[in-house]
Amino acid sequence: MNLAVRDIRHSIGRFVLTTIGVGMLLMVVMGMGGIYRGLVDDALVVTRGVGADLWVVQQNTRGPFAEVSRLPRNVVDRVAAVPGVTDAREFVFHTIQREHRGKPLRMGVLGLGWPTDKGEGLPLVAGRVLAQNHYEMIADESLGLVLGERLRLGKETYAVVGLTRAMISSGGDGIACFTSRDAQAIQFDVPGESVRLERQARRARAGEIDFGRTQPSVLERASGSSRAIAALPGPAVSAVIARLMPGADPDAVQRTFEGWSDVTVYSAAQQEDLLLKGSVDRARRQILLFRVLLTIISAVIMALIIYTLTLDKLHPIALLKLIGAPNHVIVGLIMQQSLIMGALAYGVGYLMGQRLFPLFPRRVLVTGDDLLRLGAIVLVISVLASLLGIWKAMRVDPNEAIG
Amino acid sequence: MEDPHRMDATLALETDGLTKVYGGGHTEVVAMRDASMRVRRGEIVALLGPSGAGKSTFLLCVGLINPPTSGSVTIGGRPVLDGPRALADLRRFRRENIGFVFQKSNLIPFLNAVENVQIVGELIGHPPPIARRRAIELLDALGVGARASNRPTQLSGGEQQRVTVARALANQPSLILADEPTAALDSVRGRQVMELFRDVAHQHGTGVIVVTHDQRALDVFDTIYQMEDGVLARAPAQAKSESR
Repeated sequence: MNLAVRDIRHSIGRFVLTTIGVGMLLMVVMGMGGIYRGLVDDALVVTRGVGADLWVVQQNTRGPFAEVSRLPRNVVDRVAAVPGVTDAREFVFHTIQREHRGKPLRMGVLGLGWPTDKGEGLPLVAGRVLAQNHYEMIADESLGLVLGERLRLGKETYAVVGLTRAMISSGGDGIACFTSRDAQAIQFDVPGESVRLERQARRARAGEIDFGRTQPSVLERASGSSRAIAALPGPAVSAVIARLMPGADPDAVQRTFEGWSDVTVYSAAQQEDLLLKGSVDRARRQILLFRVLLTIISAVIMALIIYTLTLDKLHPIALLKLIGAPNHVIVGLIMQQSLIMGALAYGVGYLMGQRLFPLFPRRVLVTGDDLLRLGAIVLVISVLASLLGIWKAMRVDPNEAIG
Repeated sequence: MEDPHRMDATLALETDGLTKVYGGGHTEVVAMRDASMRVRRGEIVALLGPSGAGKSTFLLCVGLINPPTSGSVTIGGRPVLDGPRALADLRRFRRENIGFVFQKSNLIPFLNAVENVQIVGELIGHPPPIARRRAIELLDALGVGARASNRPTQLSGGEQQRVTVARALANQPSLILADEPTAALDSVRGRQVMELFRDVAHQHGTGVIVVTHDQRALDVFDTIYQMEDGVLARAPAQAKSESR
């Protein structure tokens, strides 16, 4: 006869409510783990998605995910020319926030290296890849945009031609992919008035020097488009990403780049490491610590609940001792109840999480490994929680049954 | 049911010189002094005495719950206690050889009537179906078979006491110890319970000791003991005949 089950049936209402309470607590523990995983996974979406073997960034910087990195566009051609490199592309990534349908729309802007990269590697769930060099975008579905929707960014309007899933930046914003030219246009967009003022300023500066005063064409050029002025650099890229040929020695290629005095190079693993140890590290550790705290709190609460349930059973326990029930029957009664509560609470937490986590603003990624690990922790907590109750039960004198 | 009035010379209980002392020095209290009793199988014994006389102390000693300071206890022919020293695994011995009935019905609240009886059978190693069948038989025999699936709170005081008696019988004990089992019952119900104990003792060959204040049902008992100030003595024969 299973005494634990019978006792639970006897006070089913209280047991159910308590289990739901513990289940909600475990759901929060699960959720914190999921937020932690989601944060890490989101942080790596872009670096893994672009499929780079090497990241070439501005000298002495940690790359575009850690700080501002500016490279002239010609680095792309220099990288492509290095033996062992099969493909080099500019990497443009930045975050923007605009007003859309009366609400703030925040997105990560990722530049694709048109025409080599049209977005074939993206996790498309609807629509198509980019088909032209300008005015098209592939948006993550978390941005709430729909296929065919047109979005004004800077001076241009872009049409949503494809939708992706789970393309989230480390900041938790959905990512939209454009050609790198469009991405830069969005990044370096300045209002017409600013352009006019800048041209006027250039003309004034040119007029102050002898060369400008004696050469009218210089004044004319100074007040024209910056693109037509050879002395002015073109828009910079954040980094250059390189893919290596099959069989190429990554260390050897990396050493070649390290010999250049204007860039720093990282392998894909180093870039991921920098990302995790950099911008998301504190958030990651904070969530991890919070999760540990929650687990301890769950253990304490479960121990108190099991202890209280045991206190309510002291008379029946004394009676069991009086009629000669061996200790293992009493230990089984308490421990099985604790394990049943732990298992049911885990199930409740899991089911609630499955329904609630998708509603969270940031991705909550609950992995099978994490679920198994939490299951093992709940098992240990259940056993530990019952120890306090067992200790109390073992001290009960059968005399107490007689009163 | 077995033959009526089955009483044989084998002893269900033998105590010799049981003494229980609480505390020490100035605070020493002798709760029971040199108590000796012999109960044959099938014999029902009443233990009378005022409150604080030491009756419950005696019952706790022979029930192997609170060992004596000195003296010995032999149950079913097997020495169990020699002073405070246990000669057997007391809890196991209790489980297999002693049945308890108390003033309050003392049923496990989260088990129904049949489960309260069945658990004793399971504790002594009977498979659950056999323990359950035996429990149902006992409840039927005690007239509460129809309430087998009811929880203790759904039973009347008398029904609860009958279930307790059934539980006390479930391990086919050598000895049943009952501490004022009728205190919570009216006189009619009280007498019924006493007669039930007599029938159990006679039909099952179990030694039964009943601690009671109820003088009206003394005719039910085969032997009467009196306890006063911790001293146990067999009551004169007329005590029983006067009550008839």
